[in-house]
Amino acid sequence: MSEVKFSKEHEWIKLDGDIATIGITKHATEMLGDIVFAELPEKGSNVEKDGTAGVVESTKAASDVYTPVSGEVVDLNQSIVDDPSKINQDPESSAWFFKLKIKDKSEMDTLMNKAEYDKFAKESSA
Amino acid sequence: MDTKKTSLYQLHQDSKAKFVEFAGYQMPIQYSEGIVEEHKFTRNHSGIFDVSHMGQLFIYGQEDLVDDLERIFPLDLKNLKLNHSKYSFLMSDNAGIYDDLIITKIKDGFLIILNAACKESDYKILKRLLNDKYKMILDEERSLIAIQGPKSVEILKSVIQGVENLNFMSGNWFTLDDYNIYVTRSGYTGEDGFEVSLTNEFADKFTRRLIDKGAKLIGLGARDTLRLEAGLCLYGHELSKDKTPVEANLKWAISKERILKGNFIGSDIITKQLNNGVSKIRVGIKPEGRIIAREKTKIYNETDLEIGEITSGTFGPSVNGPVAMGYVENEFSKKNTKIFLEVRGKKHPATICGLPFYKKSYVKGVI
Repeated sequence: MSEVKFSKEHEWIKLDGDIATIGITKHATEMLGDIVFAELPEKGSNVEKDGTAGVVESTKAASDVYTPVSGEVVDLNQSIVDDPSKINQDPESSAWFFKLKIKDKSEMDTLMNKAEYDKFAKESSA
Repeated sequence: MDTKKTSLYQLHQDSKAKFVEFAGYQMPIQYSEGIVEEHKFTRNHSGIFDVSHMGQLFIYGQEDLVDDLERIFPLDLKNLKLNHSKYSFLMSDNAGIYDDLIITKIKDGFLIILNAACKESDYKILKRLLNDKYKMILDEERSLIAIQGPKSVEILKSVIQGVENLNFMSGNWFTLDDYNIYVTRSGYTGEDGFEVSLTNEFADKFTRRLIDKGAKLIGLGARDTLRLEAGLCLYGHELSKDKTPVEANLKWAISKERILKGNFIGSDIITKQLNNGVSKIRVGIKPEGRIIAREKTKIYNETDLEIGEITSGTFGPSVNGPVAMGYVENEFSKKNTKIFLEVRGKKHPATICGLPFYKKSYVKGVI
């Protein structure tokens, strides 16, 4: 089990072998407010690092979800589509968005660790 | 220009509000519980809304004021009883809506509640239309607090006795701690409730008393989802200078008596539109599934012809699904007409529906 990494677009990513699980951070959900809609990429599709890979909408506005690494979408969390409020309740664990078969593990090196992300999130919301 | 603060600003801060600039004011968009909880609390219990940014325009005069205002508003003001209110509009010569408003007959004149973003220009327009004949005060010394939801009558009556006797769209003066307070039974959430006009220095203390009795502060975010579920128009979205009250499907607010006689600003266009129909009209729209169609979303018919645009769209917490309003070409405005909404490049099915989306069941809710 590897450490969790974070992107500047407020996604988290956890790598298990070559399977990456991706979701949005607690900080992101706090900025968005109540999430009422979630759209995921298609299973089997290929997504590129920093490209859009879904949408979340709160009562206020819509935001794109980006993928912090490239890969093939191998699994989707349908439960957050059926009940988007789960994303607010448990964003960094059970409310993951999708899983990728990662193409290039070195892309993980460009991402932030927890301490770096916490500092980034604090500064970007100040 | 610096943004203005209402008298409840400190209370909003103490209540952990997230602020947004709205019409030149720092206003709470939501508090710590979030829009969905605030919305549901209002529907089931009692929500407090700081609407002090809205204009409270007092105009003083006698019979000639009534005559002059009837030349401006499409209302039967001669028969409006003391302390009774009507919903109306300030219109241009071609019946475009400058603002929507609530006008109440008070002793010695009228009180008009105006939208925050329009109040300064409304004041100027009205002053000009009335030829500066009457004393007009756009009162910045008074706050306006709305309390909305099924428990509001119990809560407000425990603070101001007698408010329970007010009927919908009527008001009266009350005295509390030696302050004169004007209370109307009205609101903009689709719930029973009141709007309370009181002096700024008493607003904070008064609101804290409502909170002590169990009401909660609700932000502009939930105010928007509540009014949209109730099918109510928001100025700058459903209503603007390029829309007439007939196009906005608000002809119920135009006095039938006055239509026959005309002679108010915009009456020629209104009469023409009532007789001949309009090309575009406001409708309710229910998207299928969970897709949310925001303002400016394009609307298509079944043969892919563009027929209109969304003016407001969100997720309705009480409906538990997306809701929207918009303007479509008249021939596609019938209930149950299938339409398509273009969201992020894809067309999603939706249906024209009646308003409101949410109707009060009057069953007492339990949180």
